[in-house]
Amino acid sequence: MEHLQFQFHGSSDRHKDKPAVLVGVVSSGNLEVLIEMADLKGGSQIHVSTKASGFAEIWEAVINDFAARHDLANLVISINDGGSTPAVVSLRLDQAMQEFLGMPS
Amino acid sequence: MTDYSQQHRGHSYYEANARQRIAHLLDPESFAELLGPADRLTSPHLEPLGQPCAFDDGIVIGRGRLDGRPVLVASQEGGFMGGAVGEVHGAKLTGLLELAQSEKPAGVILMLESGGVRLHEANAGLIAISEIIRALLTVREAGIPVLGLIGGAYGCFGGMGIVARCCDSLIINEEGRLGLSGPDVIETTMGVEEFDASDRALVWRTVGGKHRYMLGEVQCLVEDDIAAFRAAVIKNISMPIPLTLEALEQEQLHLTRRLQDFGQCQDGIDVWQSMGIEAPAMLPLLNIRDFLESVAAQAKANYED
Repeated sequence: MEHLQFQFHGSSDRHKDKPAVLVGVVSSGNLEVLIEMADLKGGSQIHVSTKASGFAEIWEAVINDFAARHDLANLVISINDGGSTPAVVSLRLDQAMQEFLGMPS
Repeated sequence: MTDYSQQHRGHSYYEANARQRIAHLLDPESFAELLGPADRLTSPHLEPLGQPCAFDDGIVIGRGRLDGRPVLVASQEGGFMGGAVGEVHGAKLTGLLELAQSEKPAGVILMLESGGVRLHEANAGLIAISEIIRALLTVREAGIPVLGLIGGAYGCFGGMGIVARCCDSLIINEEGRLGLSGPDVIETTMGVEEFDASDRALVWRTVGGKHRYMLGEVQCLVEDDIAAFRAAVIKNISMPIPLTLEALEQEQLHLTRRLQDFGQCQDGIDVWQSMGIEAPAMLPLLNIRDFLESVAAQAKANYED
């Protein structure tokens, strides 16, 4: 198991009082993403627990791409991963964000 | 232009995950989860073994409404470790059943999808199964019906197979499988001559939904559509089966007779032949409606037995 942490700073305060969302299932090649509100003064944290060790650089690239697509402010995003490919991680993160923002999937 | 087929296609129970099943089974927006993922009630046993945990430990529990009536519901996630029961997973289910004893809902709905005990936490999982069974029977004794739904990719086996058969009634689709030892376990322990787990048709003829219905172990066989499961739950939830000594003795008699009648059968087809079904080899090929029609006499006999 490997545990990784990432920090970001968003620019807005628009995610107000939204309920937590969970998407995906932890299984082989799949992951779950939990998004919750937290008062982090505009900051955001992403916690990753992954079964596949030694891929920190790839996680960093995928998470940075995700952070570039979305405004991450006052969010805690937690990931349990069963060894997903980078593309699956990206899709799940976008899906979680979409559900969190209440956009039709 | 409206896509008619898209609009009228239901939600497959088989394809849905645990949360999707709850969302489509209950009245819209009525579900309130207990001990949800944000509570992070995760397994303490998996991390030391290098296994990722799940925030809900593979089971979703909570309160909801069905046709306006309050129900408690649990849904196992087959995708996470095959829906296997660990310490926390089991405690959530036991807790829900104990809550039913004090809240007295119109019924408890268990969407079962599990290979049985999670071997990573074997002893805790085994104890959990016995706790679940005790709590379930206490709920039934209070006259609150417990309904089991089976129809996911992982089936319902091992300890959860026993839990399933403790329910008032079971609802299954053709894809659903119910048993104690699963096909792979039988092949591994008894040899391929005893059971060829790679023969999928054989697997479904012995543990599949149609066969379980033929044997009278499940009370409803429905299409693979969550709406069909919902309709069957609504129909059955107002009919709790009394948990009496007489009913248990009746069941024992039924099982004794079943062993006498079918004990030598090698295949579901042999069983159906012995039941007097015309063209038993055709049964696996029929759609649900035609199947129910052609075995109606047998189903009636199961109930009168």
